Amino acid sequence: MLILRSALKATRSVAAALLTTSALLVPGTLVAQEDEITVTAVMHSGLRVLDPVITTAHITRNHGYMIYDVLTAVDDEFTPQPQMASWEVSDDGLVYTFTLRDGLMFHDGAPVTGADVVASLNRWGQRDSGGQLIFDVTNSLEAPDEQTIVWTLTEPFAPLLEVISKQSAVPPFIMPARVAATSPDETITEYVGSGPFVFNEEEFEPGVSVTYERFDDYVPRDEEASWMAGGKVVNVDRVVWTTMPDSLTAINALAAGEIDYLEQVQIDLTPIIASNPDVIIETRDELGYVTIGRPNHLLPPFDNRLIRQAAMAALDQTSMLQTMQGDPDYYNVCGAIFGCSTPLGNESNSELVTGGANIERARELLEEAGYDGTPIVLMAPTDVTSLINQPVVAAQALREAGFEVDLQSMDWQSVVQRRAQQSPVSEGGWNMFFTNWMVPEISDPLINVMVNGRGDDAWFGWPTDPEIEEMRAAFVAATDAATQLEIAIQIQEHVMDNVNYIMMGEYLIPQARRTTIENMIPSPVPVFWNMTKSAE
Amino acid sequence: MFFYILKRVLATIPVMLIVAIFVFLLLRLTPGDPAAILAGDAATPAQLERIRERLGLNDPLLTQFFTWMGQLLRGDLGTSLLSNTSVAGMLADRLGPTVNIALMTIVISVALAVPMGVIAAWRHRTWVDFLVMSFSVLGFSVPVFVIGYILIQIFAIELRWVPVQGYADPSDGFGAFFARAILPSLTLATIYIALIARMTRASMLEVLGEDYIRTARAKGVRENVVLFRHALRNAAVPILTIIGTGFALLISGVVVTESVFNIPGIGRLTVDAILARDYPVIQAMILLTAGIYVFVNLIVDVSYSFFDPRIRY
Repeated sequence: MLILRSALKATRSVAAALLTTSALLVPGTLVAQEDEITVTAVMHSGLRVLDPVITTAHITRNHGYMIYDVLTAVDDEFTPQPQMASWEVSDDGLVYTFTLRDGLMFHDGAPVTGADVVASLNRWGQRDSGGQLIFDVTNSLEAPDEQTIVWTLTEPFAPLLEVISKQSAVPPFIMPARVAATSPDETITEYVGSGPFVFNEEEFEPGVSVTYERFDDYVPRDEEASWMAGGKVVNVDRVVWTTMPDSLTAINALAAGEIDYLEQVQIDLTPIIASNPDVIIETRDELGYVTIGRPNHLLPPFDNRLIRQAAMAALDQTSMLQTMQGDPDYYNVCGAIFGCSTPLGNESNSELVTGGANIERARELLEEAGYDGTPIVLMAPTDVTSLINQPVVAAQALREAGFEVDLQSMDWQSVVQRRAQQSPVSEGGWNMFFTNWMVPEISDPLINVMVNGRGDDAWFGWPTDPEIEEMRAAFVAATDAATQLEIAIQIQEHVMDNVNYIMMGEYLIPQARRTTIENMIPSPVPVFWNMTKSAE
Repeated sequence: MFFYILKRVLATIPVMLIVAIFVFLLLRLTPGDPAAILAGDAATPAQLERIRERLGLNDPLLTQFFTWMGQLLRGDLGTSLLSNTSVAGMLADRLGPTVNIALMTIVISVALAVPMGVIAAWRHRTWVDFLVMSFSVLGFSVPVFVIGYILIQIFAIELRWVPVQGYADPSDGFGAFFARAILPSLTLATIYIALIARMTRASMLEVLGEDYIRTARAKGVRENVVLFRHALRNAAVPILTIIGTGFALLISGVVVTESVFNIPGIGRLTVDAILARDYPVIQAMILLTAGIYVFVNLIVDVSYSFFDPRIRY
């Protein structure tokens, strides 16, 4: 049946082609309409999952920001700003009252109401770890009228606005109540938002291409755009995200003017377009990413704090970052577990991880811990470019320090399955893996999943760490920024001592655009509002 | 002939069933978790467990298998675990580019390789033969992505005759389709030209030594008639087999070429589905590939009798 259907489709295509004899043999025949301004962007991966609440995948979050709006959003100083709603907080910090601004409308023409917001927040709160913490202390979340939402807590939760304004991992996008009624463990099937762009479902090809059209009825805020906050003024008619699995092809396509914007440029390919006058290479996300190593706290030898410290002493950020990035302009030695350029970021007690490989200290620690030569299973993904090098460099450094290392190559899917195994190594367990995060994803103790110390309920690696949980609780209760910073420093020092994870430094990924694309705002999430496109 | 075709069609049923069972088991035994890809890196183990439950991944293997078989019997290939879209729709969208590029590749390959092979055999052990065989060795030896990049550099970047990448459906205009399909087709054709030219040459060399060729020449039949009507027709069976197998190979996915030229075809769909452990898509893809092989082999077998009347079914 399928073959028949495709054969018919192909036959129709060929017939149509034969009839269209006047078509020109030149590139650009496919341009939709002369007057339309279309921006074609190659994103870091293909969009497949369309539900921004069920997944933490960056590409789906970016899709979310295209078609949905958020109640509040952080600006480039990590400060929450009104977006769909302004707010008031009661003196006792228990009641948050949000008031929706005028003119908010879903893409199907229905107005955005308080009921939609309540339903969306409820669904989000069951998926997002920060959201779960807020709902743990929620007394009620109600919409007394169409424009008002009242969130009543049982105890103060000072960072509430920061949590609902965050841009990762799962921002609380506002959907129609009927869509938000979907179970948080099922993907939504209707993609109606109230954001600046409309999702073109007909042209969507999973993993290949997605098209957005400007939502003409979107009313931007008056303030200047800043990260996810401020006025989202759309100056183009269509945005097409396309996927190019081959980096060199993407570079060539940008140089030839077939695409306008490349979200990530492989650093070793930048010389190819560096001299092209029509292309600009730049870093729009100055915060960048971090790469980290996660030991398994359940299994020997990393159930021993001293041995975790030995591993941290053996690893050298510079050699790891150098291997990953090559160009020192695109990496930064950093020992701050909340990122070196964030409000809570500080490098206290991080000398062991930032001071280069200290093999002697590592050997001392191993001896002190009585390391018995238990091999470390280090999982090494071979199909994710940004994660290929870390395990290899780490394995060599750990061996030099005296560890027995069993470096096991596998695809990333095998890593994600195996890292969920709590069983002993002989039954499929593991000891260490590496991964990367965007800096905003690790920028505070509530967002950063690696500082969760709730044992089995913690992120893979499962540290049982009551001390850090106490600190996180104190962070939630802290009502001023100075106290929050103080607690963040305590957590930083504790993580450096307990080695909940090993910070391996920060790195940047350059982007590239045609010179015709201007007024892009710097942001960790690539945004397509504000952007203008002029003729070649 | 009719009963032969019917018999062959019926014989595909157990073949497809065995493929289905094999693929199903192989996928379930391979490490990987679609729920983890769906939920992303920050998902907690409890969240993953709930998603697995919802996707039916925690059901016993037999239950999962019979659910899938039930869907298949109803003509339903299922829904992608990731994008929640119909697998049949995804395959239909991706089959077009692959089939069109494969057809163009085969047309180019046959149009060039058969005459090359015939001429090489005719001018056996001359510089012409040497030239054709050298090209064949080169075609086999140079990786397709290298050829692809070289063609892009020359024709898309330096000369700017065609775009670097992308695919246009023929319904968008033959010019647009041709401009985007010509480089990937030429890239893929290189290896098939080499393959078909070698096979044609070898087959022709064998036939050209036969008595009836000598007789035809003795009767004063023109050389081109001897070569293309008498010799080539008798040498056709192995050449057809190679063309058929090559076409099936092209349809079942040419991942590297599709990646280099950014063609949204079957090959990329398969690789993406495998990396994401999107079971319904992988299962459908492998069944489709098996079906294509069976179908193409049937067409090739049937076509033998048209070229060689001695073959009867």
